[in-house]
Amino acid sequence: MKQNSFKIHRTLAAGAFFAIISMSLVSCGGGGSSSGSDSTAAGGSTDNMLTGAGSSFDNPLFSKQFSEYDKVNNQKINYQSVGSGAGISQLTAKTVEFGASDAPMNGKQDSAISAPVVHIPVTEGAVVLSYNLPEVKDTLKITPGVLADIFLGTITKWNDPKIAADNKGVKLPATAITIAHRSDGSGTSNIFTTYLSKVSKDWNDKVGKGSSVNWPAGLGGKGNEGVAGLIKQTPGAIGYIELAYAVQNNMAYAKIQNKAGNFITPSIASVTAAANIQIPADTKVSLTNTDAADGYPISSFSWIIIYKEQKYGDRTLDRATRLVKLLQWMIHDGQQYSSALTYAPLSPAAVSAGDAVLKSVTFDGKPILQ
Amino acid sequence: MITRSDIPLRVINSSPEAIAKAKARARRSFRQIRTENVFRRSLMIMGLLMIILVLGICLTLAWQSRLSISALGPKYLWNKVWDPVQDIYGAWPFLLGTLLTSFLALIISIPFSISVAIFLGEYHPKGWLPNFLKNAVELIAAVPSVIYGFWGLAVLVPIVRSFESSIGVVPVGVGIFSSSLILAVMIIPYAASLGRSMISLVPSHLKEAAYGLGATRWEVIRSVVLPYTKSGLFAGILLSLGRALGETMAVTMVIGNTSAIPKSIFAPGNTMASVIANEFTEADKPVYLSALIELGLVLFLVTIVINLIGKRVIDRFTNE
Repeated sequence: MKQNSFKIHRTLAAGAFFAIISMSLVSCGGGGSSSGSDSTAAGGSTDNMLTGAGSSFDNPLFSKQFSEYDKVNNQKINYQSVGSGAGISQLTAKTVEFGASDAPMNGKQDSAISAPVVHIPVTEGAVVLSYNLPEVKDTLKITPGVLADIFLGTITKWNDPKIAADNKGVKLPATAITIAHRSDGSGTSNIFTTYLSKVSKDWNDKVGKGSSVNWPAGLGGKGNEGVAGLIKQTPGAIGYIELAYAVQNNMAYAKIQNKAGNFITPSIASVTAAANIQIPADTKVSLTNTDAADGYPISSFSWIIIYKEQKYGDRTLDRATRLVKLLQWMIHDGQQYSSALTYAPLSPAAVSAGDAVLKSVTFDGKPILQ
Repeated sequence: MITRSDIPLRVINSSPEAIAKAKARARRSFRQIRTENVFRRSLMIMGLLMIILVLGICLTLAWQSRLSISALGPKYLWNKVWDPVQDIYGAWPFLLGTLLTSFLALIISIPFSISVAIFLGEYHPKGWLPNFLKNAVELIAAVPSVIYGFWGLAVLVPIVRSFESSIGVVPVGVGIFSSSLILAVMIIPYAASLGRSMISLVPSHLKEAAYGLGATRWEVIRSVVLPYTKSGLFAGILLSLGRALGETMAVTMVIGNTSAIPKSIFAPGNTMASVIANEFTEADKPVYLSALIELGLVLFLVTIVINLIGKRVIDRFTNE
């Protein structure tokens, strides 16, 4: 009888074992299918949280804007600051509802995405040239040609006649120039190299533009803080960083000559001014080397990218409307939070271009905003 | 496989109590054997899982980098240009940077790790100071690498810069040399801990015999302790080399991140792990992403090759 009870025991144990195995298999399958539906729904499911991913440059501004928006409209937004490129990949994979990028989508990214998208400018940023010359008290003035030559490695000393020609009366030291650039792929590098490609044929032919390029000279630092660290530590260093970072850390930065010939100090006002130009209907315009006479030339929009046709997966009209309403708020009322965080507010021309783009967004062929 | 029927019932007298007792005994020993089987099988499953994991990583890397392998071919390994704009990818500068920093770090760290191992294993195995030293060395391994990076950038790089200007090379500060120094500090504990436990395992009768023959302490270490432990010491060094090859964060922060080929050990450079960490998030073209993953594959294979060579060297040593 004891033997019997042992057998029963063993059978039970085996049964339990198989039950566990099969349960885990079932749950695996379930997990797989549920994650599949997650990815298509992009939160089209029960919860009402909107999801986005992309630019880390936008993150401080978005955090503030989204928390303010939630207070008034009770709408939670989950934004992952993963980098512009990753944001676009996630939008392409439909795992998020909006992507944020410091550069408009390029041809390769356009061909990878399944449906047409629209770009809405949401804020403006600028890249400044910071330097470490303790002897020099005045703000340096730099022309586009000189800037390209420095980064190409053809101007190697600070007292080079080409630099001195624009800075009459400033005593420049004979220190060697050390160039600091970003080592990680970044929107900041993209804005800066796009600018250099526009103003220098040499740069365009030898290096080109992109979020990572093959730098002809200099040291790489990871992130704004890495480049800033190199500049602060190395006498004679020059490097590019985001305006907000330079302002918050009290770093010296140069005036850059714009297309109209004026030397412009980078500031919130001069960056906003850079966008006071004719903006094309798709808003995919680079503000670098702007035509605006008082605009800082190394400025750029940052965009939010969404699908033009919002009916995909199991998205509802309600959800699409909430997304578009949020974007509309961001380019109007949301702009008041920019200046305090050293972001440049959108220019009136950019706001009206953004409005026109939002009106073109449709759900099942019908415009969402009336 | 032992089953229940294999266990004989040993019964001394055939009273019912004795039979019941014998059955209970048999049941108990069967349960023990079953536990034994389950244990052995779970060990085997764990081991197999490790093999599957390594193979899986290797296959994933190879599969994901197929695009760049087919587009760039074997030229990828010795091409000197890394230009994401033109879609030209060559791993040579980074391969060189990885090997240079790792081996330089190893050369710098070996005297320290062997000294610590001998000091703790042979001279002062007990006492508060050796205990403190032992804990300190183990703590070095526990510090996160980003902390080493910050410390390197803030403290070590300025020192290296003034050293460089005093010997007359371009005072950059960041570069191959600085990252080798940081790596050397980070990998000391691996060789030191393994070496220490190996040295303390040397049988005392061997050492006593040498002392009995009139050997001094140094002679005992040189001709008894070190020959006895050399395979263990070498294994520790191999372990630290593996750590140096794969280190990412600390190196990225102090190496200077240029894709030019380093002209001297004071020049800035880059390593494979550091390039992957830097460029992965913004790799916006399929070939670019694939080229970065292929870099991971190359690093993986380099580590395997170095480990295999190391194993051969250990075998050669121990068979002597």
